[in-house]
Amino acid sequence: MGPDVSWYIVTSAFLFAVGALGVLLRRNPLIVLLSLEIMLNAANLALIGFARHLGETSGQVFALAVMAVAASEVVVGLGLIVALNRNRIPLDVDRLSTLRG
Amino acid sequence: MGNVLVWAIWVVAAVACLGSGLAVISFSNPFFSALALIANLAALAVLYLLLSAEFVAAAQVLVYAGAVMVMFLFVIAYVGSHADSPLAGGPSSQRLAAIIAAGAILVNVVVALALTTSGRLESAADTGPSFGSPSDVGEVFLTNHLLAFEITSIVLLVAAVGGVILGSERERREP
Repeated sequence: MGPDVSWYIVTSAFLFAVGALGVLLRRNPLIVLLSLEIMLNAANLALIGFARHLGETSGQVFALAVMAVAASEVVVGLGLIVALNRNRIPLDVDRLSTLRG
Repeated sequence: MGNVLVWAIWVVAAVACLGSGLAVISFSNPFFSALALIANLAALAVLYLLLSAEFVAAAQVLVYAGAVMVMFLFVIAYVGSHADSPLAGGPSSQRLAAIIAAGAILVNVVVALALTTSGRLESAADTGPSFGSPSDVGEVFLTNHLLAFEITSIVLLVAAVGGVILGSERERREP
């Protein structure tokens, strides 16, 4: 027997915290998107860990669905970044304040 | 002996996973961050293999490290990697608050895990050799979760259309 599932869940919690830190600290939208990917993958690790623990394949199916949603999110996010770049808007999330209410 | 080997692989993969995650958020050049994320995804695939999720590990390498990250690298090359300093922007109180918030998430998960599952996570369920194989995952996906499968295809279609609309050159309408 290798490490039990709680080790994987703790790894996933650390990875989620790293991703959250990246989203909160960085100002470059490209790196914010990369940090979002880290957070999604941390959730995937927890799903697959519990799938193995419970002997239930549904967790792996959820992880695959999360992957598809993450790919869609990357397409839209990168499309936004390309559109920003084309309109000569600086790539800095602090300066994207046009929609501020 | 096999026990020790599994632990050793787990330690290496988990340390690589967290180290490359920290590298992603601390490189100032987005190009290096994307390369570190590829290493992170590869280490996660090893963890998935240890959890006997072979198909998900293969999909992770193909879809993420293959397709998604190549798209990322293309866009970084297109917009030019504007280097910003690792923790740029905002007053230092904002930075401190961000670190406290991320630490709070971590403590929250660990405490919740310790309080609610004391001792119940030690014995994993027995699984057959086909657990996590493509046929197993495919059967569950196309029977129990057929609606999720169909909705996933619609999500991907909408995202593809949205990507084309956002990325296409349009005449700017001047008011």
